[in-house]
Amino acid sequence: MSAAPVSLSFEINGKPVSVAVSPVQRLSSVLRDELGLTGTKVGCDAGDCGACSVIVDGEVVCACLTPAASVEGARVRTVEGLANGTLSALQQSFLRHGAAQCGICTPGLLVTATALLEKNPVPSETEVQDALGGVLCRCTGYRKIVRAVTNANGPTALDTALIPARAAVGASPIRLDGERKVTGAEIFGADERPEDALSVLVVRSPHWHAAFEIGDTKAAFLSAHPGILAVFTAADIPGRNRFGVIPPFADQPALAENRARFRGEAVALIAGERAAIEDLDLADFPIAWKELPHALSPEEAKTFPPLHEGRDGNLLTQGYVECGDPEAALASAHATVGGAIETSYVEHAYIEPEAGYAAMEGDTLVVKACTQAPYMDRDDTAAVLGLPPEKVRIVPLATGGGFGSKLDVSLQPLIGLVALKTGRPAALAYTRGDSMRSTTKRHPASMKAAIGADAQGRITGMVFEGDFNTGAYASWGPTVANRVPVHASGPYLTPNYRAVGRAIHTNGPVSGAFRGFGVPQATIMQETLYDRLAEKLGLDRLEFRILNALTDGQKTTCGQLLASGVGIRPCLEQLRAHWRRALEEAARHNAAAGKTRRGVGVASCWYGCGNTSLPNPSTIKLGIAPDGCVVLHQGAVDIGQGSNTVVTQICADALGLPLSTFTLLGGDTGMTPDAGKTSASRQTYVSGKAAELAGRALREKILRFANVSEAAEIAVEGQHLLVSEGEVRRGIALSSLPLDADGYAFAAQATYDPPTEALDEKGQGKPYAIYGYGAQLVELEVDVTLGTVKLRKVTAAHDVGRAINPLLAEGQIEGGIAQGIGLALMEEYIPGRTENLHDYLIPTIGDVPEVETILMEVPDPEGPFGAKGLGEHVLIPTAPAILNAIRHATGAEITKVPATPARVLEAIQAVEKAP
Amino acid sequence: MYTNEFRAHTNDKRRRDGERGRQAGMATRYAKPTDLEEALRLLDEARWTILAGGTDFYPALGSAPLRDNVLDINGLAALKGIVDIESHIVIGARTTWTEVLRHPLPPAFDALKLAAREVGSIQIQNSGTVAGNLCNASPAADGVPPLLILDAEVEIHSVKETRTLPLKDFILGNRKTARGPGEMVTAVRIPRHAATGASGFVKLGARRYLVISIAMAAARVTTAQGKIVEAAISVGSCSAVAQRLAGLEERLKGQPVQACAGIVAAYGFPELSPIDDVRGTASYRLQAAREIVARALLQAMGGSAEGGLAA
Repeated sequence: MSAAPVSLSFEINGKPVSVAVSPVQRLSSVLRDELGLTGTKVGCDAGDCGACSVIVDGEVVCACLTPAASVEGARVRTVEGLANGTLSALQQSFLRHGAAQCGICTPGLLVTATALLEKNPVPSETEVQDALGGVLCRCTGYRKIVRAVTNANGPTALDTALIPARAAVGASPIRLDGERKVTGAEIFGADERPEDALSVLVVRSPHWHAAFEIGDTKAAFLSAHPGILAVFTAADIPGRNRFGVIPPFADQPALAENRARFRGEAVALIAGERAAIEDLDLADFPIAWKELPHALSPEEAKTFPPLHEGRDGNLLTQGYVECGDPEAALASAHATVGGAIETSYVEHAYIEPEAGYAAMEGDTLVVKACTQAPYMDRDDTAAVLGLPPEKVRIVPLATGGGFGSKLDVSLQPLIGLVALKTGRPAALAYTRGDSMRSTTKRHPASMKAAIGADAQGRITGMVFEGDFNTGAYASWGPTVANRVPVHASGPYLTPNYRAVGRAIHTNGPVSGAFRGFGVPQATIMQETLYDRLAEKLGLDRLEFRILNALTDGQKTTCGQLLASGVGIRPCLEQLRAHWRRALEEAARHNAAAGKTRRGVGVASCWYGCGNTSLPNPSTIKLGIAPDGCVVLHQGAVDIGQGSNTVVTQICADALGLPLSTFTLLGGDTGMTPDAGKTSASRQTYVSGKAAELAGRALREKILRFANVSEAAEIAVEGQHLLVSEGEVRRGIALSSLPLDADGYAFAAQATYDPPTEALDEKGQGKPYAIYGYGAQLVELEVDVTLGTVKLRKVTAAHDVGRAINPLLAEGQIEGGIAQGIGLALMEEYIPGRTENLHDYLIPTIGDVPEVETILMEVPDPEGPFGAKGLGEHVLIPTAPAILNAIRHATGAEITKVPATPARVLEAIQAVEKAP
Repeated sequence: MYTNEFRAHTNDKRRRDGERGRQAGMATRYAKPTDLEEALRLLDEARWTILAGGTDFYPALGSAPLRDNVLDINGLAALKGIVDIESHIVIGARTTWTEVLRHPLPPAFDALKLAAREVGSIQIQNSGTVAGNLCNASPAADGVPPLLILDAEVEIHSVKETRTLPLKDFILGNRKTARGPGEMVTAVRIPRHAATGASGFVKLGARRYLVISIAMAAARVTTAQGKIVEAAISVGSCSAVAQRLAGLEERLKGQPVQACAGIVAAYGFPELSPIDDVRGTASYRLQAAREIVARALLQAMGGSAEGGLAA
């Protein structure tokens, strides 16, 4: 902002302050940048997300829309002012209910709910929703937030210190990183910035596909802009200007080289002093564009010249699974159904846009940013910058939601380049528009399938084909292409099967990882066909699924024998009572004429945990310091899902010491071993297993040192380790022991890599060591004159093997359902058109109905304490269950999601017109 | 981006002015006058962007550097609040949506209050102003349909004159108003004759909160002995500027209340010219408009249709 500064005085959290700022500076910026109160978050700078909510003279406002001048003489309250020595009742309630996951929206919610509770101490659910409707949360699905606010004055939570040894698994302690999320103390990507940091501005392509030439950025441009210190282009990149999450497919330049392949691609960096960058207008940046022909759909792109050499027909890669003789099975089936469905680009829409800074420490480049995958960031950044990996250190800051998109590097190589070239720290926080334009999306899919069954209703065969628009660069396209054919049958016995998944390049946004890697799209195809097939067979839709559900001892379409732990059937059976009740209620409602029709739908999921037939080890290290602290090097990045807590619970019980003795170190690549990426629902299972093994190894060392058997108990008392077995009691003075290089008296490290096998050319093999299962039942109401859909209830039964932390598991389920609701009903990212959070809609607190969670525990012999993954499973059944319920209510068959009111009404009218 | 700003320039214009300003070495001016005359004098001497609630000002600015002069009218105490004068109910230009909600008003204003609840979020309603919503002139402005059925007038001041325009003549198109350079909207005035009858408002969106309308309808009806004496009906988001449905109003006049649904069903809605966009197709909007007009009328006549949001 360039208006001259004025002196302003106001009260902040009860204390008077004076600042000299531009009178039109956003209050959010005054709080964060001038006063260091970074608890107030910035998610959109447009009033669309509410993360910056603060209370000004008793009324809640968006700080990003409030001019500094308007708070002159006012009383301003932020999240930092909510606790008064101890946490407020509401803050405690948020912890107790698990209402904070990643924590980026938590300050805005707490502030807004505080304003409500001060006027109305006992609000109803509707009053809470009305009050919080302006604050978006992408993790929780809002249900725990509603409960936390309506029960703000309930009993206190389970104190972690009171959980005895060997009782952590299965308990729901307050998440170990919870307190700093409710006080505003958590440091996210944009919350830390060295005093002397340069700001970085990214110049991006405004075209779908264009050649470009950058003019004189040295003399003319720099001299015209005092405070701007440097411009960097692809020519300045010292290493290999190609990154990508799957090394053999790495194809994306950190800065495009003379040709940009999608709108939003980075082409140059401008580095300068903060004020100069903030005052820079890019209009006179010397760049000349020449637009090239572009293709936005796979259909067009197949006939276009390849965007990348060697990828003819713009085919990035294809996944394939075949077993039996599907054509013959379909030809001889008693009943068959076929259909086609399209899905849209879906934006992750985490409330935290990518942010961080880079700085040189000696000859090591340190990057502190939000991420899901510190070691992958390290390796990609090092390769681009021409550094050995050990000369790049990634320090993950708290990640305000990821859902797959923060697996790929975004700003890391860019700020790294500036820091490396200038020697000054370099900071960058993406705007919402930058984040939406430049980072990955869920693949739009264009799918067709046919399924057949015999007269008894048993599935005999299925064929599936899907084109997945993978955008301009590879990212996780190969993973989607490979995962989809493995999962497209659903968790049902399908003896004859063929599935093809193709990842096809276009000039659209890069499609990457998004919770489920293509499986949610494929499941929409399969599960909606199942409803039609059940109808054709005259079978109850739920019983039809139970009949075909995979059971122990059966083989998947990949020929993998599932010896035990197959939990889909128990999940579906759990829904029976709910199904009957829901069908009766819907029938009763529909018996009366009216403008609304109710419907009930069900769908299942299965999902292999970890990489598909590829190694993905996790290493966990822990040690006992001389002061008695158990230090866990917990590298499984917690992006809100709870790995900090869950991995520690597992480790604590394996070691046999209470949770309260643990201290966590984060995923800093400088001190914590690689626990892999937070993706593919692998952290509870893979890192959890490594933590179990490491905990057991440490226990073994201690027991051997004390010369006792496995039956012994360990305890920490001050600086002593107490080991007891029957009458034998030994005290070990930790300070008397020699310490290892990390300063630990005892330490252990373990690595676990899931046992998988490669898939052959027909996709036969053992792609995953563990699968998780689930089924969801959706009840809803369709307004048949407007095409609007109102969800009434979701009942979700998920087999988690063992619920390590039931509260966190519920949180995953509710949050996944919310994203499934978005996928089904409202989320459609249109590049160039919906690059903000008011045209791109994600569910608000009023869009997620009651969720009843049923946690099933069918243990898997491979998982830690029997546990399976859950994070992605939970959103897979939601969208197809919604579509099935819409069809049940109205007969309408949706062929493109999201099922917006216009599409639903059109589908209803198509049924009415049908002969 | 929701409601509230007085914005004279398009973004392109903003950029051109900015460049000129930079070339001439001019600093961006900021002023926060405390009386209207001073504000009008400033408006007369230069080009300014007027800043009130900020709920449209900041989203329009985004991360771009500020190049416009900013006239902050938040120091003009006289423009705050709602007052009754003999001929009009006057909503001062700085009055927020929350203030409208909290102010006791006759049932004719129920539609406006229902709309107020649906403007963005509570955060937006606490900052955004009714007048700013009109000046921003979005086709999807929530405030316009309920103010159209109240025959609202827009009071505009400049150094030279004070004029009052009917709202329908104030908003000229998408993001275009009749406010000239040097002019400021000072109030929205509801003539007493229009503050009669009861009203309803229905907003159709693709999610529950914080949503830009696919379509919305407002209706104000006066009935006597089971007959419609007068009906005022408007639809938003189905044309570049929200429209009064004069043809339908005419047909309803004098008809029994029970005949209303049939008359709406038979009406052709020639006033509307919806477009296809990300929120819905033109043909969907036309169908939806018919339905929500019927619901808004039912609400205004004391029916049971759920007011507010149909999402």
